[in-house]
Amino acid sequence: MADALTAAYALRLGDDALILSHRLSEWVGHGPELEEDIALANTSLDLLGQARLLLACAGEREGKGRDEDALAYGRDVLDFSNLLLVEQPNGDFAQTMVRQFLFDAYAVELWPRLSASRDEALAGVAGKAAKEAAYHVEQSAAWVVRMGDGTEESHARAQSGLNLLWPYAGEIFEADEVEAALAEKGIAVAPSALREHWQARVEPVLEEAGLAPPEGAGVRKGGRQGRHSEHLGHLLAEFQFMQRAYPGAEW
Amino acid sequence: MSEHGERSGNERDWPLFEVFIRARTGLHHRHCGSLHAADPEMALARARDVYTRRGEGTSIWVVPSDRIHASDPADKDMLFEPAMSKIYRHPSFYDLPDDVENM
Repeated sequence: MADALTAAYALRLGDDALILSHRLSEWVGHGPELEEDIALANTSLDLLGQARLLLACAGEREGKGRDEDALAYGRDVLDFSNLLLVEQPNGDFAQTMVRQFLFDAYAVELWPRLSASRDEALAGVAGKAAKEAAYHVEQSAAWVVRMGDGTEESHARAQSGLNLLWPYAGEIFEADEVEAALAEKGIAVAPSALREHWQARVEPVLEEAGLAPPEGAGVRKGGRQGRHSEHLGHLLAEFQFMQRAYPGAEW
Repeated sequence: MSEHGERSGNERDWPLFEVFIRARTGLHHRHCGSLHAADPEMALARARDVYTRRGEGTSIWVVPSDRIHASDPADKDMLFEPAMSKIYRHPSFYDLPDDVENM
């Protein structure tokens, strides 16, 4: 059954997972330690698994015959609806971990609530993702504290990552008619309802890390509506290259 | 934490930990490898990420490698050779009733 709103919602969540997964995959072979390299790849694969289920769900609800691959490889920048936060470049390891923590602290609050969704497919994905997010946020929070409360250099790098990424965090809690209508029906979680829970997770970690959010930072948004930063196009150029050059190629 | 597991020697390397995984409830933990980590908490997390990716584990132990006291391979003859000639220590000289299938 076609359901444009649920399709759009699943696509938003799926795009977040897909783009962040790709960003983390860029670390493979470049991690600061062998073990950390594998850990980053694991997180990336968790997110890729979530993305596949969510994009498949979006394609089904859309009812236009697009499967997860068509949605992942066949859309252009303007059709992606991920948060600007997740498409931001990796930078150094500190910047990557700050980005991950800001996202994980949201995901770990989102998924358990969404697992009570009236939409069975979304509830199923959410139940699986909740366990993964619980581990992810423990790890990224631990790194934020280690680096924020580490050496002078690690602190400076973590703080500079936070300064850069903090303005993108506000978009997490923005909602338009998609979330509003679906939250009313018990299908989606209203993002605004997550803000205080997110803050309750983020603030103590930043305090322990000795990091402070930048003062007077505005909110950068637009990703949900397809208005992306310049970084997403470059990411997609690499991510989609094979299917663009050899459409339908399999191996 | 004691001085063990702290950074020492080559300052660029994190300390080494030995990893023990229990595959199923009821089995014992088995040594499966080692890894570098800054402290025991990180070692546990990395052990999970490196050694249980295919569902191998239900429990993990990590032990700083420098806490393990190992026998010297040069002492092999002294330590283990004497046991080789004492076959009477194996329970091989009992007649088992036919009804006992597994022993």
